[in-house]
Amino acid sequence: MSTVFERPKALSDVLMHYCPGCTHGIAHRLVAEVLDELGVCDNTVGVAPVGCAVFAYNYFECDMIEAAHGRAPAVATGVKRVLPNAVVFTYQGDGDLAAIGTAETVHAATRGENITVIFINNTNYGMTGGQMAPTTLPGQVTTTTPYGRDPKLIGYPIRVCELLSTLTGTAYAERVALNNVKNVRNAKKAIRKAFEYQLAGKGFSIVEILSTCPTNWGMSPVEATRWLEENMIPYYPLGVYKDIGGDK
Amino acid sequence: MKGRMLLAGFGGQGILFAGKLFTYAGMLEGKNVTNIPEYGPEMRGGTCNCSVIIDEDPIGSPLVLEPDILIAMNLPSLDRFEKSVAPGGKIFIDSTLIDRRTVRDDVDAYYIPATRLASDAGIAKLANVIVVGKVIRETGICSMEIMDKVLEKVVPPTRAQLIAPNKKALEIGYRFV
Amino acid sequence: MADKVLVKGNEALGEAAIAAGCRFFFGYPITPQTELSEYMAKRMPKIGGTFLQAESEIAAINMVLGASSAGARAMTSSSSPGISLKGEGISYIAGSDLPAVIVNIQRGGPGLGGIQPSQSDYFQATKGGGHGDYHLIVLAPNSVQEIVSLTFDAFDLADLYRMPVMILGDGMLGQMMEPVVFPEHSERVLPEKTWATDTTKGLRKKNIINSLYIKPDVLEKINFERYARYAEVEAKEARYEGYLLEDAELVITAYGATSRISRNAVNALRAKGIKAGLLRPITLWPFPKDAYKSAAKTAKAFLTVEMSMGQMIEDVRLAIDCLRPVHFCGRTGGMIPTPGEIEAKAEEIARDF
Repeated sequence: MSTVFERPKALSDVLMHYCPGCTHGIAHRLVAEVLDELGVCDNTVGVAPVGCAVFAYNYFECDMIEAAHGRAPAVATGVKRVLPNAVVFTYQGDGDLAAIGTAETVHAATRGENITVIFINNTNYGMTGGQMAPTTLPGQVTTTTPYGRDPKLIGYPIRVCELLSTLTGTAYAERVALNNVKNVRNAKKAIRKAFEYQLAGKGFSIVEILSTCPTNWGMSPVEATRWLEENMIPYYPLGVYKDIGGDK
Repeated sequence: MKGRMLLAGFGGQGILFAGKLFTYAGMLEGKNVTNIPEYGPEMRGGTCNCSVIIDEDPIGSPLVLEPDILIAMNLPSLDRFEKSVAPGGKIFIDSTLIDRRTVRDDVDAYYIPATRLASDAGIAKLANVIVVGKVIRETGICSMEIMDKVLEKVVPPTRAQLIAPNKKALEIGYRFV
Repeated sequence: MADKVLVKGNEALGEAAIAAGCRFFFGYPITPQTELSEYMAKRMPKIGGTFLQAESEIAAINMVLGASSAGARAMTSSSSPGISLKGEGISYIAGSDLPAVIVNIQRGGPGLGGIQPSQSDYFQATKGGGHGDYHLIVLAPNSVQEIVSLTFDAFDLADLYRMPVMILGDGMLGQMMEPVVFPEHSERVLPEKTWATDTTKGLRKKNIINSLYIKPDVLEKINFERYARYAEVEAKEARYEGYLLEDAELVITAYGATSRISRNAVNALRAKGIKAGLLRPITLWPFPKDAYKSAAKTAKAFLTVEMSMGQMIEDVRLAIDCLRPVHFCGRTGGMIPTPGEIEAKAEEIARDF
């Protein structure tokens, strides 16, 4: 009998803390599969955020660092400057990356820091119980926008890939979603490409992953997937926003 | 002799450089030395000064509040610091740029037209080093031989052509009476 | 032995860090420490090191955290307002048991304060600054040569005890030129960094650098362990310099720049027949309590001299269990006390002896 599906070696054999239906688990798995396929897990340092993925340091088999809220790109910069030949990635949520850590994100990108950022956009602060994130959609109800996000009062969501694509140092920026099999496969391709760009020394690469948060959205996983498709994808169109191509 | 020196003038007159020369000389003669440019509440725009201490004993505060030797390269510096000079101290005044005498009668004052001497000798930027020569003659704070060595050390190799004019300036100051 | 060279404090610090094996410096401009960053920017590329100007002090300290995690000797420097911003990162470095060297060339505060020399970050340096139960080793040089030797010590102590070390200076020390000799290397034998996240290379299980312990009993245990290490630091690493303390009735105590000014005052007071001495803490944490206890045997009173509203004075009182009166003489806001001011205060105190 042949094995057709198994845990990637780069993914730790431990119970994850994520809620049922949350797509963090899929994203973790895709990153781990790519580390395995590229054969780089033993040459990788990952940096975990503050947010739902705070325990990511327990879930990957490579060396891991737990950073302060928003500071993962700065920590990754320090690591990469010491170990320029190692693979260095951060795994961050929307509050971490696009609110408190905006400066660290933008400047790591504009320096062309040769790291890979895995960015989970689920439109809210999941870990603290579903507050407004910089990516919360107009009208979306969260615990700190109980009447819906009113752009007149608190402005508009940040489209991270579009923003970072304007920076010369960004080598690769793509937005993907984990809402169906096809898109999951695309997500993996994007993650692989991002790591390949890093291995080729091309500069800053980021994959924004539209994810669901059934618990805080108050939906079943199926409803959450539908909500992502109907609300998030129209506001955050999938696709490649920056790709400096193969030869640089 | 031991010396608490205060060197003061306009930015660009080479005050810090002159201070560095004395500091180096003290160091090469095996003494304790400190040098601190104007830093602190007394800082003002446009003027520049530095404190240099050369002492056989360990040096406490590097700030010279009561100098034994004051070098004043412009009028604001003389106005500001002449009262602080220790009784029996020595004041060196660039008389090209300062057209008054010191008001102190308990110090020795030396008037040297350093800026004019420098331009007459075709070394217009070296009035500071001319005064250094004069200070060495009048105070014996270090020897001329040591100062020659200091110049060779302080002037970077890429600008070695500046050593000769500096030595000339030193000589002019030392011989001026 | 190498030749004596005449160097500014700021530059001496940078060169000593390089000589001590620091190859990663993350900076952000702020007066009056900018010269140190500029020096590193000039020197690091020439020796194969890295100077990186970060987007903020926050980013800089987190780059230090990353570089240190990867096993390198890393350093950042700033001045008071910038150190406040680094507070978060310093707490994380302490909580992650990482070595790091942080330089604070203090300026007047609070807020934007001023740019002139100050010692008003004593509390921040010795009592916290960031959140949580932790300490920094705090080194307070008072000469350019000591800047050099304490910079070596800073890196060694950080590695030895796996904790952040702060070099606490001020603008006066940073600007001052004195002759120094640079040692070639440190003499200490240090443990290997088996904990570093420098990739497993397939040779070991993964390492994790982390300060999060979600279970309170686990976090408590970790904190207990860390404080056991701090107790060892307190027992072994407290340092001070005494000057004319043997028969001192009035013990003047000051660190850094004010200790030099106080030394002048002590000499002047002795000339007037007042038995004054100087106790200069070199480590502000651990505070050299035993030295104060023993000075209290002959002392009738203590006088702390600080460029602040009086911060170290609290540690002096604690060190001697308030057995003697502890007086204060200080200037703040960037003003520097004169030897005359200290003498006047000392004479006023000595009148009651």
